[in-house]
Amino acid sequence: MTGVTLTAIRKTYGTRTVLADINMQLDQGELLCLLGPSGCGKTTLLRILAGFETPDSGQVVINGQDVSSLPPNKRRMGMVFQAYSLFPNLTALQNVRFGPRVRGLGTTSEQTKEAQRLLAMVGLAAHVDKFPHQLSGGQQQRVALARALAVQPDILLLDEPLSALDAKVRVQLRSEIRRIQREIGITTVFVTHDQEEALSISDRVAVMNEGHVLQMAAPAAIYRQPADAFVARFIGAGGVLAGRTSGATVRIGEIALPSDAAAAMPSGTEVEMFLRPEHVSLHDAPEGAPAGSVAAEVVDLTFFGSLSRIKLGLTGAPTGDDAGSGEIWADLSSAAAERFVPGTKVWASWPSGAPRVLAR
Amino acid sequence: MSATLSRSGGPRVGLGNWIIILACGLFFLVPLIVTGIFSLWEGGHSYGVSSYVLLIHSSGFWRSLLLSLQLAIETILLSFVLLVPAMIFVHLKAPKLKPLFEFIATLPFVIPAIALIAGLSTLYTGPNWLIGTPNYLVIPYFFLALPYGYRSIDVGLNTLDVKTLTEAGQSLGAGWGRIIVLILLPNMTAALVGATLLTLTIVMGEFTFASVLLFKTFAVFINDTGQNAVTEAAALSLFSFVLTWIAMLGVIVAGKRQRTRIGAR
Repeated sequence: MTGVTLTAIRKTYGTRTVLADINMQLDQGELLCLLGPSGCGKTTLLRILAGFETPDSGQVVINGQDVSSLPPNKRRMGMVFQAYSLFPNLTALQNVRFGPRVRGLGTTSEQTKEAQRLLAMVGLAAHVDKFPHQLSGGQQQRVALARALAVQPDILLLDEPLSALDAKVRVQLRSEIRRIQREIGITTVFVTHDQEEALSISDRVAVMNEGHVLQMAAPAAIYRQPADAFVARFIGAGGVLAGRTSGATVRIGEIALPSDAAAAMPSGTEVEMFLRPEHVSLHDAPEGAPAGSVAAEVVDLTFFGSLSRIKLGLTGAPTGDDAGSGEIWADLSSAAAERFVPGTKVWASWPSGAPRVLAR
Repeated sequence: MSATLSRSGGPRVGLGNWIIILACGLFFLVPLIVTGIFSLWEGGHSYGVSSYVLLIHSSGFWRSLLLSLQLAIETILLSFVLLVPAMIFVHLKAPKLKPLFEFIATLPFVIPAIALIAGLSTLYTGPNWLIGTPNYLVIPYFFLALPYGYRSIDVGLNTLDVKTLTEAGQSLGAGWGRIIVLILLPNMTAALVGATLLTLTIVMGEFTFASVLLFKTFAVFINDTGQNAVTEAAALSLFSFVLTWIAMLGVIVAGKRQRTRIGAR
C-alpha cells in the first residue's frame, strides 16, 4: 500500500499531552499541510514521521512498511528544516550530492549529474559552486529542497521551510515547492502556522490544536465548512456572533440574523454564527436593502490595496464574553469602501446560506 | 577614552591610548630584545650566532624537542578523541550537564601541578609502556590542556546549529560517525586548530610534571641548559617564544577564516 498511515500516535512530555491519538492517512503524491498555532503539536508529529521523536504509542507506516522503530537515517525521507541547514563547508552541489554519496546511490558522476539536474529544477543552475554563505535565504532553502529530493525519498517533510524568508520570496517559493511536488508526485507533509500558505498549496489541510487534529479536509472545505469553532476562528477572517436559533435566524438579543443553517436546528439552541467578510454587502439605507438586513455602524476600515475590510458593530447587539464579538466584517473594493468612514450608519445583508452555524 | 572617528572612518586613537599602547609594547618587547641580544653574546664585546649553532648541533636539543612534539601530538589526539564526541553529546542530548562539564574543565586551573602529579602517580598504574615511558606525561598534559581544549571546542560548537546540522545529516542517511567526520568537524576547523595549537604551546612549555617525573622534555632541557650555558638558554627561550607565537598566530588566522565562512550566513 502506498502513501503514509499514522495510527493512534500519542506523545506526552511529562504530564503534558502533545499528541493525543492521531490517526491519519495520506495518499501517494498528496500534499498535506499540518496547520495550527504554536504548541499545537504539528512539528512534533512531523518529527515523529521523520524519526527524530519517538511516540509513546502508535504506528508510522510509509508505503506499506512499518518504520516506527527505524532511526531517521534508515527512513527513506527528505526533509527541509525551518532553520538554514545547509552544511557550511560544502558548496550547493556538494550539499545536494551529500545524501546520494552517503547512501551510495549511483557513481560519483551520476550523483553529480543528478545534483546538477535538481539544482537546475529549483532554479539554481548558475549557483552550483557557491557556498551557503554566498546564497540568499531563499536560495539556501531551494538548495535544501534539492538536497532533500536527491535521496529519492518516499516522503518529503517540510518543517516551516519558508518562515525565515521575506513575504515576497515566501509566496514565490511556496508556488515552486508545489510545482516541483506535483512534477515529482512525492507524498509531502508541510508544517506551517500560516493559513494562507496552507490553503494555497495543499491537497488537504489538517488543522491541529492542543494535540488533536480538529479537521482534515480540502482547503475549500476547511474554509467554507469549518468543523468546529476553533477551525472557524483560526481559518480566515470573519465575525463570530453568539446567539440562539429561532427558525431560519440566529437571534442575538433583539436582532434576528438570517441563516438557513439555523433552520436545521431546534429553536433555542445556543449557537455561534460565523460570517465571512466576502459574503457581507452594505447598503446606505433600509430602502433597497434586502429583507433581513441588519442595522450596523462602521467601526473601522483597513486598507489592503485593491480591497478594504470594514469592521461593523451591529446596532443593539449585546456585548460581553457570552455574546461573541457583536461585530461582523465586510470586504469591499477599496473604491466602494471609501465612503464608509467610521461612524457611518449602514445596513448589512448576506445570503442566508452563507453563515456557518455551530452549536455551542 | 576617545570614541571619535578618524578620516578613514575607523575609530581615532587618542593620546592617552597611544601612551598605554607604547608602555605595553615596551614592557613586552624590551625583555625580548635584551634576551635576543644576550643570546648573541659570545663574551667580552663579541657577538655572534655561536649559541644557536651549538644548540642546533646539540643532540639533547633535538631529542627533547621531538619528545615534546610527540607528547603534544599524543595529548592533542587524546583530547580530541575524548572531548569532541563527549561535547557533541552534551550539546545535543544533555545540555543540562554543561555546567558540570565546565566545572570539571576549570579544575586544572585551581589544582596545583605538584598536587596533580602526586595524585596521578598514586592513582594511575599500568603497563611499562605507559608508566615507564614519557607517554605517561600525556595523562597530566591532557588535564593541563583541558580548560583550553574544552573552551575552544565549546566555542566551535556554539557557532554551529549542531542540532539542525545533525538532523539534516540523519535525514540524508548519515550515521553518527559520518555526521561527526563529514559535517561537524569540517565546520569546527578554527576551534580544532585553536585547541591543537593551545595544547601544543602548553605541552612544549610544561616543566613541572616532566621534571618531577624525570623525563627530559624541551622545557626541562631549557632549564638544564640554563644551569651552565646561559646564552644558549636565552636562545632556547627565544626559540620557544617564537614557537608559541606562531601557534597563536595560527589560532587567530584560523578563527578569522572560520568566521568568514560561518558568520556570514
